Amino acid sequence: MAQTRAIVITGNGTNCEMEAAHACRLGGFDEAVIAHIAEILSGEIRLDDFHFLNLTGGFLDGDDLGSAKAQANRLKHATVAGTGEKLVEQFTRFIADGKLILGVCNGFQLMVKMGMLPGFDGNYLSQTVTLTHNDCGRFQDRWTYLKVDSASPCIFTRGIEKGIYLPMRHGEGKFMCDTDETLQRIEREHLGVFRYSDPDYAAAAMEFPANPNGSQNAIAGICDPSGRLMGLMPHPEAFVHYTQHPRWTREQLPEEGDGLILYRNAAEYVKKNLI
Amino acid sequence: MPNRIEIALKDGVRDARGERIKREIEHFLHLAVDEVRTIDVYTVDAALTPNELEQAAAGPFSDPVIQTWSIDRPLAHGFDYAVEVGFRPGVTDNVGRTAREAVEYLTGRKFAAGEGVYYAVQYLFKAQLQSADVDKIATGLLCNTLIQRYSVLSASDFMARRGFSATVPKVSDSVGTAGRSPVQEIDLNVSDEELMRISKEGVLALTLDEMQIIQAHYRDPEVVAARSKIGLGAKPTDVELECLAQTWSEHCKHKIFAGTVQYEDEKGNKQEIKSLFKSFIQRTTKDVREKLGEKDFCLSVFKDNAGVIKFNEKHSLVFKVETHNSPSALDPYGGALTGIVGVNRDPFGTGQGSKLIFNTDVFCFADPFYEKPLPSRLLHPRRIFEGVVEGVEHGGNKSGIPTVNGSLVFDDRFAGKPLVFCGTAGLMPAEVNGQPGQDKFIKPGDLIVMTGGRIGKDGIHGATFSSEELNENSPVTAVQIGDPITQKRMFDFLIRARDKGLYRFITDNGAGGLSSSIGEMAGECGGCRMDLAKAPLKYPGLTPWEILISEAQERMSLAVPPEKVDEFLAMAGRFGVEATVLGEFTDSGVFHMLYGERTVAWLPMDFMHEGLPPMQLPAKWTPPQHDEPVLEEKNDYTADLKELLSSLNICSKESVVRRYDHEVQGGSVVKPFTGVANDGPSDAAVVRPILESFEGVVTAHGICPRYSDIDTYHMTANAVDEAMRNYVAVGGSLDLVAGLDNFCWCDPVLSEKTPDGDYKMAQLVRSNQALYDICMEYNLPLISGKDSMKNDFYDGSTKISIPPTLLFSVIGKIEDARKSVTMDVKRPGDIVYILGKTGNELGASEYLTLKGFTGNTVPHVDAAKAYRRYQAYHQAVLQGVVASCHDLSDGGLAVAAAESAFAGGYGLQIDLSRMLWKGDAAARNDLALLFSESASRHLVTVRPDQREAFESAMSGNCFTSIGTVTEEKELVITGLSGAVVVKADLAGLKEAWQQTLREL
Repeated sequence: MAQTRAIVITGNGTNCEMEAAHACRLGGFDEAVIAHIAEILSGEIRLDDFHFLNLTGGFLDGDDLGSAKAQANRLKHATVAGTGEKLVEQFTRFIADGKLILGVCNGFQLMVKMGMLPGFDGNYLSQTVTLTHNDCGRFQDRWTYLKVDSASPCIFTRGIEKGIYLPMRHGEGKFMCDTDETLQRIEREHLGVFRYSDPDYAAAAMEFPANPNGSQNAIAGICDPSGRLMGLMPHPEAFVHYTQHPRWTREQLPEEGDGLILYRNAAEYVKKNLI
Repeated sequence: MPNRIEIALKDGVRDARGERIKREIEHFLHLAVDEVRTIDVYTVDAALTPNELEQAAAGPFSDPVIQTWSIDRPLAHGFDYAVEVGFRPGVTDNVGRTAREAVEYLTGRKFAAGEGVYYAVQYLFKAQLQSADVDKIATGLLCNTLIQRYSVLSASDFMARRGFSATVPKVSDSVGTAGRSPVQEIDLNVSDEELMRISKEGVLALTLDEMQIIQAHYRDPEVVAARSKIGLGAKPTDVELECLAQTWSEHCKHKIFAGTVQYEDEKGNKQEIKSLFKSFIQRTTKDVREKLGEKDFCLSVFKDNAGVIKFNEKHSLVFKVETHNSPSALDPYGGALTGIVGVNRDPFGTGQGSKLIFNTDVFCFADPFYEKPLPSRLLHPRRIFEGVVEGVEHGGNKSGIPTVNGSLVFDDRFAGKPLVFCGTAGLMPAEVNGQPGQDKFIKPGDLIVMTGGRIGKDGIHGATFSSEELNENSPVTAVQIGDPITQKRMFDFLIRARDKGLYRFITDNGAGGLSSSIGEMAGECGGCRMDLAKAPLKYPGLTPWEILISEAQERMSLAVPPEKVDEFLAMAGRFGVEATVLGEFTDSGVFHMLYGERTVAWLPMDFMHEGLPPMQLPAKWTPPQHDEPVLEEKNDYTADLKELLSSLNICSKESVVRRYDHEVQGGSVVKPFTGVANDGPSDAAVVRPILESFEGVVTAHGICPRYSDIDTYHMTANAVDEAMRNYVAVGGSLDLVAGLDNFCWCDPVLSEKTPDGDYKMAQLVRSNQALYDICMEYNLPLISGKDSMKNDFYDGSTKISIPPTLLFSVIGKIEDARKSVTMDVKRPGDIVYILGKTGNELGASEYLTLKGFTGNTVPHVDAAKAYRRYQAYHQAVLQGVVASCHDLSDGGLAVAAAESAFAGGYGLQIDLSRMLWKGDAAARNDLALLFSESASRHLVTVRPDQREAFESAMSGNCFTSIGTVTEEKELVITGLSGAVVVKADLAGLKEAWQQTLREL
């Protein structure tokens, strides 16, 4: 029987590869490979051999030119050894093949800065939104309530009733659009999948610390119109078991953490559509 | 002609960086500023076409959604003053390095030698300021002139000159151009005064005795004859002298811990101690291991960069804690950043290498709100606080290692030198390629390979400089800035090379640089031969001795078998990591350095490593007598409690801790903050390093420098006990726990500069005695540690010495992390217990400090009883009958009760009359019961239906129930008379605890 295969790209400052691969396996992928970018650029590992691409958290190139900027530039210009192909072509082919991409934190920043999100009109390489310095001016590690947009086309969030609770850990997570039109279109097409909210997942939150960075319309994560590409600032891979919850010693919690459903949905989608 | 690319935020986009600067100017410098905006400046000194420059500016350098860019045209507008801050030549410029790589990807061409990109930030102030105020902002806040340069322009000057001109901070080549030889010989056939001048002016930090030993070595006819055979003269080269100075520095050689101490106690009993390290620290581990017998879990102690213990059948734990005090005093950001990425290399370079699983950090500062005058060379404590916190934030977060545990300790004597402790733990396979993971060796013929960053002048004399007190002339080059990303790339590569068996030995390049790493490695096989001219340099112009001792960061040294070297180098290339073969290991008995064809150093290994006789150190213990305070008994201690909760050592450190990623790698089980609102202070950290397993690693620490004012014996005993009671509180097992000792002392060597050196040395002896005594009781082997012995400031008139400080860290295991216990009370009706007895032990407590006293009754640890109680408590944890547990330390019962209550969101009703007392019954009063800091105590809550199980687990130990958890959100404590002595709502208590450092 064909295997469902997830890949997690690491290298140049990516940090969350281990727990992202773990979340993929727990979520139902037969295989989750951690691939160093050097192994992709050398041609040893090809994106084409996978169904689900994880761009995870970290500090690509130390955030030196602004988060993920240097990696976006690298992916656009670097060539895969022995093929003459630019690495970015493997990405666009991956998208065209109907496969799934999840960007978390630094991975979300990378997707946005490459132009993969929101990916209007099939254009995955021109930037229209950004993630920039938190209004508080500092890196923050704190847990956030994320209200889901249940009308979203996103395949990762299917079945989430109200919202999920996840940690955010970033200094550059303030979501901003280039124009009002971009923001309106994101809202109109229900691409703003997750919003920072109050603990009841009732109302979007604009105030610190519930909204930890000052994002426009409290947006914490978006997807493309196909729903197969998604990025979010908080970390779903960091809450796949109850012991990761900050209050597990005092609350009755299910065995599984809130973040796991994203990986389950991805595995489910791959089994149904890509195998 | 260099080009300036400027990147500015579009008008209307919020400038968070500028807003932060504005707040800091108002807060610290008390200057009013209307607005601060910032511009990034990239000075490109490379042959690029105009089109390529535009592509760089519009592409990787800027964000089209929020930013605009320009080339050679200033973007600044609407300001009164502009300040531009960039690095001085040769200082690590991480952003510049990334920018250069980005341009190389863009153009498909590598930069030519000498080309580069340099980063600077332009700050634009809208404000009514005098130009002197702007200078104050620049030097007091924006720029550390040791490593950065700045220029200021008023708006009119800015217009007239059309902005700032392009500045290229390139290191100029100072050698060779003068035509002089890169190697000098030094004549040591000179007077003693001259010998000391050579040592002092060269920042060699060698004493007269040591200079004379070197002098004698070079007069030895056998040495002279051997040298002449290889074409060297009788005089030492600068390479040799510098190398010996590094190898023999206090920092590398630990001369004080290895010295011979003549100790006299308060009764006049005399004792000769040959090496404190061997007599106490090493002996502790040896004796504990013997006691543990078959249950011994130590795998590698003291001999490697970090200690190694068993975790399970397949994995071992590695742990090291380091200090980086002197560099952090000069450049807090760079010093602390280098501290954390530096200690990362220790566990990474232990055995055959380990994966890094968590960081810990403990900082000791003076009051950040300090308002008295300071000696001119010292930075304000607030600036040190800001810089250190940010340096460790960047180092830890960018490396992807969670910072799980730490402390901030305040005492104004730390203005003389801040203490910056950074720890890192690693997970190592029990076996790597069929060999124990902790073992490594070198064969003669193996190649010397250096990986990672290039060598520059940064960090030259770091080891010798930190072996002296801080003074007016402390060298600028001793400061380095770490580069976590270069290191991360190197680690990504090396961990894979390890698994492929591509090297035989690995160690880190820290203090002393190659002279230290290759010197120690050569000791493994009996010699080496290395060509310093092969070392990759950041810029030309370094002399051979500078190459040898540079402490440029992010480098590891390896021994690679010749048959593996091609594969090793090819793989390094694929991973974008620089790796260079510098020579080979030999069994010649000689540390042999070449520069091209020419021999520049030829040092017999036995002279290098064994040539130094032990230091002779007098020590005399005279117990200090402080005024015994007479404290008035009160009817209500609520105000005192709130004041304590707000004090610097007790208050919430959440504003700092939230800036550290404590959850990356996904194994976080007990986080730094816990409780109903995620803001109660945890006692210790629990992490699962293997996500498929529920085995947990527990880490905690203890530190209490205040007690040193009374007796360092008890300071030490309490520090060890504090670490253990924190560890035990969350559920750490007593069957697998090891300790690390980090001593930070003020200079204890009796001399003209240090007339009380014999007292400080006696303090060190007593501390070591306690370490042995208490670790034996706790079956606690010491696996690693470090000492930093010169934590003084002296500028000729003012001397500031830190209080003797021991940071004691522990690492151990919890078999099932799902059994971990946190400190927040869980539900109304639960029974409150206190484990352990309380005594009249207010000496040097937070309470007495608050009242302006020291006192004399320092807490004494009864380790035998405490150990039995900790074991019993652990059984209760394993049975799952403990709802919450919090250790009692600074501020005693009152503070612990307040913290547990507001963390859990429920009140407590406590009756002091039920508490167990030790010692003089007449001294038993409400004040002592509330605030005494008696050791080895825990505050525990238990569900009523588990009362029997808990009490039966604890039976035979000192413990008692003292109250209950209540629905009312109030802390109510009744005193011995039955009257209420503390009554406060939880919100008020929490606010008192949180307000002090909230804005920092």
